[in-house]
Amino acid sequence: MTDGIILQTRGLTKEFRGFVAVDGVDLAVRRHSIHALIGPNGAGKTTCFNLLTKFLKPTAGRITYNGRDITGASPASISRRGLVRSFQISAVFPHMTVLENVLVALQRRSGVSFQFWRSLACLDDLHGRARDLVEAVGLSEYVGAMAGDLPYGRRRALEIATTLALDPEMMLLDEPMAGLGQEDIGRISALIRRVAANRTVLMVEHNMKVVADLSDRITVLQRGAVLTEGTYEEVSADPQVIQAYMGSGHA
Amino acid sequence: MTATSETAERVETGAGAADAAAAGRPSMSLAKKLGWAVAIVAVPLLVVAPHYFYPVFLMKALCFALFASAFNLLLGFGGLLSFGHAAFFGGAAYVSAHAAKVWGLPYELAVLMGAVTGFGLGLVFGAIAIRRQGIYFAMVTLALAQMVYFLALQLPFTGGEDGIQHVPRGVFLGVIDLNDNLNLYYVTLGIFLAAFWLIYRTVHSPYGRVLKAIRENEPRAISLGYDVDRFKLIAFVLSATLAGLAGGMKAIVFQLASLTDVDWHMSGEVVLMTLLGGMGTIFGPAVGAVLVVTLQNYLARIDIPVPVIIGAIFVVCVLLFRRGIVGELEALLKPRRR
Repeated sequence: MTDGIILQTRGLTKEFRGFVAVDGVDLAVRRHSIHALIGPNGAGKTTCFNLLTKFLKPTAGRITYNGRDITGASPASISRRGLVRSFQISAVFPHMTVLENVLVALQRRSGVSFQFWRSLACLDDLHGRARDLVEAVGLSEYVGAMAGDLPYGRRRALEIATTLALDPEMMLLDEPMAGLGQEDIGRISALIRRVAANRTVLMVEHNMKVVADLSDRITVLQRGAVLTEGTYEEVSADPQVIQAYMGSGHA
Repeated sequence: MTATSETAERVETGAGAADAAAAGRPSMSLAKKLGWAVAIVAVPLLVVAPHYFYPVFLMKALCFALFASAFNLLLGFGGLLSFGHAAFFGGAAYVSAHAAKVWGLPYELAVLMGAVTGFGLGLVFGAIAIRRQGIYFAMVTLALAQMVYFLALQLPFTGGEDGIQHVPRGVFLGVIDLNDNLNLYYVTLGIFLAAFWLIYRTVHSPYGRVLKAIRENEPRAISLGYDVDRFKLIAFVLSATLAGLAGGMKAIVFQLASLTDVDWHMSGEVVLMTLLGGMGTIFGPAVGAVLVVTLQNYLARIDIPVPVIIGAIFVVCVLLFRRGIVGELEALLKPRRR
């Protein structure tokens, strides 16, 4: 196992009733890098993502994380090993406050989450850390607001704060910029760069400017298979990639 | 959920909570304050109530209030709609009645047997149903409950159509004679308050917070590393155990366990009580249960069948106050919330 690789797949394949959505993907994500997964619509990015986070079971192939096989692991268990995902549709707990959203993630390590006979007061010492996380993503003024009442961009920031509460070794972000306005994109980009400083990030993203800006390495998927891989400069100059995007109506 | 500039302007900053948290402690929420206020008013009222109302009626109301509150723990706080709760309530009623009558167990042990029955059935039902979602979950619980109904009809100890009658009330802890209605009322009230407190505690526990998160967004709770099935199973078993406790108490109060207790109508009734009172509120299901029991008792003498009236009330509830009685009151007091 190569030391610098944190997440690796070999021949990862997913079939849906004969339709091959992901076809023999070999992917290697280097530790402490920001790796982007791009490709035209229907290329299998989201399926690939769901396979990596165990929300789908692969038909064939293996996934290793930190040198250990996680192909058969449950989605909750890989999260506990430090591989935490986000969702395309911003995933917050809408009828809980911003602070509670972060607290529910923080309390996972507390070991009291099954204790229904204890008062929440036994977790009060997590509040300080929760407030720091809320502040780190620029949501201090919303700390007591219901998460569902936040504007969309702020919900993204909250989701990242909640993910950071788990102190993940690796974050998988599913289209972090989907549905965001220009101003929010700038803010969330900066946030991702900041939190990626000592972590690994793998993201699926459509916004090429963001991809160019953030990624150290890019894998291009087309029709479920890897088309090419490289830096933004290498990938964007590749005639195959231009062909793939032109062919599906992008420029 | 769409992003609009309008929502951006409507966002509360929650300054009050922020101040309190800055002081080191989370502020007491409005719901919590109201909860204490209601408890301070309600408990003394419950203590004096048997001097003004018929104690057996009050005990019936308490048993159903506990049943509905237990059901609400699963539906309102766990987001799981069970259509088989009659099995826990009725199954426990049979076991408690049998334990008191045939085995001659004292009151406290007979009622405990009821809770244990609820626990056991809940574990079996839960383990089978919990992997299904929504309507499938409801259907699996209904099917299992119908099996319990069939057993209640066929097993020799249940007395078939007659049920178990003339169950002795016995003596509580060897000192308090429960044949006195007032004594039985205070014992019932004590158990009810303890069980109600346990539900309140569960909702406001570390476990309760995760359960709420699962109800709000299950995939996200999974991605945070929670094994959601285990959390749901605990909610199911807790709910079934307390429903069993309610069923056991009811069997002793009426000195009767019958097919009515395990019938699927009973499962429907507890759904109705919970929705009427306010699903997902602490006091709502108890209020709904008291209302339904009261209507059943006082409307029994008019000509219109009670189910018709209760059905009509339910329709009005769904059309006009969807959050239930307590839910609507809470919403009135908190106009900012949607």
